[in-house]
Amino acid sequence: MTGADWPAPAPGAARLPSMVAAQAGLELRTLARNGEQVLLTLIIPVLLLVVFSSEALISVGRGSRIDFIAPGILALAVLSTSFTSLAIGTAFERRYGVLKRLGATPLSRSGLIAAKALTVLAVEAGQVVLIVVASVLLGWRPVTTAASLLSAAAVLIVGSVAFCGLAMLMAGSLRAEATLAAANLVYLVLLGIGGIVFPLTKFPASVRPALRLLPSGAMSDGLRGVLRYGVGLPARDLLVLAAWAVIGVAIAARTFRWE
Amino acid sequence: MGETPAVEICGLVKNYGRIKAVAGLSMRAERGRITAVLGPNGAGKTTTVEICEGYRRADAGTVRALGLDPIRDARALRCRVGVMLQAGGIPTTARAADYLKVMASFYSTPLAPWMLIDRLGLTESARTPFRRLSGGQQQRLSLAAAIIGRPELVFLDEPTAGLDPQARHATWDLIASLRSSGATVILTTHYLEEAERLADHVVIVDHGALVAEGTPAELTGAQGQLRFTADPALDTSGLLVALPPGTLAKESPAGQYLIELPSGTAVDPRTLATVTAWCAEQGVLARNLRIDSRTLEDVFLEITGRELRS
Repeated sequence: MTGADWPAPAPGAARLPSMVAAQAGLELRTLARNGEQVLLTLIIPVLLLVVFSSEALISVGRGSRIDFIAPGILALAVLSTSFTSLAIGTAFERRYGVLKRLGATPLSRSGLIAAKALTVLAVEAGQVVLIVVASVLLGWRPVTTAASLLSAAAVLIVGSVAFCGLAMLMAGSLRAEATLAAANLVYLVLLGIGGIVFPLTKFPASVRPALRLLPSGAMSDGLRGVLRYGVGLPARDLLVLAAWAVIGVAIAARTFRWE
Repeated sequence: MGETPAVEICGLVKNYGRIKAVAGLSMRAERGRITAVLGPNGAGKTTTVEICEGYRRADAGTVRALGLDPIRDARALRCRVGVMLQAGGIPTTARAADYLKVMASFYSTPLAPWMLIDRLGLTESARTPFRRLSGGQQQRLSLAAAIIGRPELVFLDEPTAGLDPQARHATWDLIASLRSSGATVILTTHYLEEAERLADHVVIVDHGALVAEGTPAELTGAQGQLRFTADPALDTSGLLVALPPGTLAKESPAGQYLIELPSGTAVDPRTLATVTAWCAEQGVLARNLRIDSRTLEDVFLEITGRELRS
């Protein structure tokens, strides 16, 4: 075999938007093919929604049970995608040299972060649609003024950024196996004490303020205020989430190791 | 060539804590050639290549790839340089063809993914997730990803490690094709046969420094060798007197003789006649008489020693 027919070198980078779109597409296909990820991000939230809205497992205070549970499950969806799934996926990409290899392609680090952000947004958009449809079928009647929908979107987005920052902080410093264990543990702990399915009013008054400072507590509290009680802008919860976002992203940016 | 070399390394030093990975290495790789970097485990090959790729910062010395600084000019270099890591780098669940298509979409005028898949014998496994490919298939996919963007300079870190003979030959053909298309290839390898067959220039590195370099022919030299099998424990001193000064005779294992002519001397008809005449005098029959030259492996072991490296 001779090489006379081999194409001569012709280097050049593609346009950034098409690189980002291609990478985001690969990440989405990877998630869709991964059974555990689908379980974590889609099946578990919907199962919890159905179980906790129908059974008298917990007392959620006055008002309809689904009005309490649905906002909490939306927060859980963000927790599962922005934190657990992102942390585990990124930690293993780091472990297997995927991030290192991408560093030698024309896709810049900011391009890769944009692709990951797009992937997270796409998955969360799907989760929100699924959870809202399921909740409405279960009898959910949220406040749907323009102001409350915008406020809810703000809580979801700022909360998502906060969890992404924490995910990158964990994935960029711990070993892959440690991240796998820790990210699942945090998920379970926040599911228990993060105000997602168990009202924070059930906890002793002494720990309640601390629990409301957790990102999941602030998210579910903010979403409930907006979608259940129609409060305008949940300023306090948004402030808590913004603080988590700034701290998480800043530390992750300084400590993240690509290999 | 008036151009700068594809890679130029001057006095490179890199330490990991107390370990001196690279200790003052200097070398260059000309454009359009295949340069093989050889060395025992831990000689500093991968560290050197990774500094050229911009993955690590040198502690001292200068490194230029295509005339550019691998860290300061990383952005400009990333689309011109192709990289094959020693292991990994590919998402474990990505399917072979899907992954290559995504890699292709990072470049302005890439090769067609199917063409590479076909050329590297991956057609059957195009839809297989990376983690379920065999080691050799993973290596070939990684090679395909390194060259899909049609780079000017390609770094291949042990490209044929763990390949079966068919896959190794397909890879060699592909690397030779890259050279004839005008690309520069830098490869590290443990296979001396690979360097001997492919490389235009061989660099032998040990303890983080250059110990020898040249074309394979220059390194193996014109030194002639003659091997034969006969009765064990013959006294060869009488033979050596009749051969050119500086000739060595070794018997290892018993009964297997190696006559090494001095450097620059080839085996000629007279040498052969001298050896067979001497055997006749001794009343022994020389069997399996063979005229040889040193291989790169002989040179490598001579330079880097025979002790095992961890």
